[in-house]
Amino acid sequence: MQVIQEDNSTFQDDFKQAKKRLKKQQKQLLFRRIMRNRGIVIGGSTMIFLSLFALFGPLIVSYDPYEMIVTDRLKAPGGDYLLGTDNFGRDLLTRMAYGARVSLSVGLSVALLSCLLGMIIGLLASYFRSLDNILMRICDGLMAIPGVLLAIALVAALGPKKENVIIALTIVFIPNVARVVRSAAIVVREETYIEAIRAQGAKTWRIIVLHIAPNTVAPLVVQASFIFADAIITEAALSFLGAGIPAPDPSWGNILHDGKVVIFTAWWMTVFPGILIVLSVLGLNLLGDGIRDYIDPHTTK
Amino acid sequence: MNPEKLLEVKRLRTHFKTETGRVTAVDDVSFHVNKGEILGIVGESGCGKSVTSQSILRLFDEKYLVKYEGEIIFKNEIDLLKLSKAQMRQARGNEISMIFQDPLSSLNPVLTIGFQIAEAIMLHENTSKEEAMAQAVEMLRLTGIPSPEKRVHDYPHQLSGGMRQRVMIAMSLACKPRLLIADEPTTALDVTIQSQILDLIEDINKRFDMGVIFITHDLGVVAELCDRVVVMYLGQIVEEADIYNLFENPKHPYTKGLIQSIPHMDGDREEELHVIAGTVPSLENVPVGCRFAPRCQFADEQCNSQAPELRGIGDGQKVRCWHAEQIAERKEEVYATS
Repeated sequence: MQVIQEDNSTFQDDFKQAKKRLKKQQKQLLFRRIMRNRGIVIGGSTMIFLSLFALFGPLIVSYDPYEMIVTDRLKAPGGDYLLGTDNFGRDLLTRMAYGARVSLSVGLSVALLSCLLGMIIGLLASYFRSLDNILMRICDGLMAIPGVLLAIALVAALGPKKENVIIALTIVFIPNVARVVRSAAIVVREETYIEAIRAQGAKTWRIIVLHIAPNTVAPLVVQASFIFADAIITEAALSFLGAGIPAPDPSWGNILHDGKVVIFTAWWMTVFPGILIVLSVLGLNLLGDGIRDYIDPHTTK
Repeated sequence: MNPEKLLEVKRLRTHFKTETGRVTAVDDVSFHVNKGEILGIVGESGCGKSVTSQSILRLFDEKYLVKYEGEIIFKNEIDLLKLSKAQMRQARGNEISMIFQDPLSSLNPVLTIGFQIAEAIMLHENTSKEEAMAQAVEMLRLTGIPSPEKRVHDYPHQLSGGMRQRVMIAMSLACKPRLLIADEPTTALDVTIQSQILDLIEDINKRFDMGVIFITHDLGVVAELCDRVVVMYLGQIVEEADIYNLFENPKHPYTKGLIQSIPHMDGDREEELHVIAGTVPSLENVPVGCRFAPRCQFADEQCNSQAPELRGIGDGQKVRCWHAEQIAERKEEVYATS
C-alpha cells in the first residue's frame, strides 16, 4: 500500500517537473523565435535605444536647452559641445535629447489615441451596416486630403500647441486604423464562434467588446507601429514648416527648421536630428514588419 | 401516452433577400419536437436543414437579410417569432441552445474555454464569476473532459477537435436549456470521436429529459440516435416518420433513394454505389410541381404540374408525394436499374 503511494507521489513530482520543464522550453522557444526575427530585434533595439535617450538623455546632458550662449554660436562638433551648437548658441545634443521627448511622446500619443478611436469607429462600422456607409465615407473623405496638408490646416485652426498637434495628427490617422479594424472585424463577425455566442444569448455590445475586439488586436498592433512612425515624420514636417511645436521648444523638426538657413555653414544642425528621425522611423517600420511576420502564421519559415 | 410538445414549428417560411430577389430557403415547414425526444432532420447540403434550425433561434439579421413567416411555438405558449429582441435573447442559451458543425471555429481563439462557458452562465444567471467558473468546471466534467479544473484555463487551440466539441456542448448546456439544437455536430470529427459525442448527446438527452433536434446528412447516425425523423428536400419536408418506419417502410421516393445510397458493409465490392440521378435545383428556380419530380423516376404529368401537400398516411407518418401508396408497394424494384 505504502509502496503504491510513494510511487504515486514521485509520479506527481515527475509530472510537475515535466510540466515546469515544458513551460521553460516553451518560453525558450518563444524567445528564440523572436530572436530569429530580424525586424523585431533590430527595430526593437533601435526603439529601446531611442526611448532610453529620450528618458535619460535630458538628465545626463549638462546644458539648458533654452540657454543661449551668444558667444558660442554655431560651434562645430567636438570640444565643449559634443555635437556642436545651433545658431543661438544652444547645445545641440541637449536640444536633441529634449526634442526626443517631444517627438516620441507626440508619436506615441498619436498612435495610442488614433488606435483607440479608430478601433471604436472600425468596430461600429463593421457591426452596424447602417453606420458602415456613413463612417467609412467620412474616413474616405479624410483620406482624400494629404495627411500633412490636413494636419497643417487643423493646427492652423486650433493654434500651434503640442496638444493641438497631437489632436490634429490623431484625426489624420484615425481613418487608417478604422479601415484596418473594420476589415479584420468583418471577417471575425462571420466566424462561427460569434454566431455561437449569439446563440447563447449575448448582447450586441458584449459581442463587440469581448469577442470581436480582441480578435482585431493583432493587425492593430502592426498598424499602431506604422502610425507611430508616420506621426513622428509628420510632426517633424509640421515643425519644420513652422506649423507644429512652437518655436523655443525643442523638437527634431524644430531643430531642422532652425538649421535650414545655416545648412551650408552648420551641417551638424541638419544631419544629427535627421539621423534620429530616420532611425526612429526605420526602427518602428522594421518593428512593425517584424511583428506582422511574427503574428502571421503564413510567413513562418 | 400523449407526449407533451416542447416545440412546434408551424408553416415556417424563411425568405432571404438577395441581390437577385427573394429566395425562400425554408418553405412551409411544420414539425414538432416532444419533451425528451430526439428528432432528426435529414437532407443533403442546401436543403434548408441549417436554415430551419437557425430560424428557430432567429439568428439571422432580420433587418437586412431575412424574413420569417409562420409560427414557432415553444412550450405550447410562446411564439418565438413574436418575441421582442430582448426576450429572444433571454430565450437563447437559457431555453434553447445550439451546437455547431465545426468545433474548430465555434470557440473564440482569444478567450479561455472556462471563461467562455462561465460567460454563457453569467449571461442568464446572476452569479459571481467564481461561481460561474466552478459551474464551468462541473459542466466540463459532465461532458467527460479529463481533469477539468486544469482544462478551464486552456485556450481552444490547446484542445483536440473532439474536446472542443465537448466544450461546445458544455457551453450550450450551461444553463440547462429545454431544447438543444445540434447542427451536424459530428461532421467534422473522425469516427471514434463521433460515436463518443453521439453517446454524450444521448446521455444528456436521457439525463435532463431534454428535447434535441439533431441535424445531419448521415442516416447511420440518425438510425443510432433519433426517435423520429424529418426528411427535407429543397426547403420542404418530404417525409416525416418514426425511426422504424423510415428505414423499414419509407414512402417518399427521395427517402428511398437516400436509404439505398447507404453503402452496405456486406455488399459486393465491385458493385457501384447507388446515387440519386440529377442534382438539387437552385432555390432561385424551383420546379413548378413536385420539387423532386425532375429527379424522380415515378414522376408523371400530375407531379410536374401540381405541387403535392404534406399529408398524413397513418402511424404518424407524413409524406409529400402524389403516388406514395403506389410507390411504396414497388419496394424492391425502386431504383434497381439506375
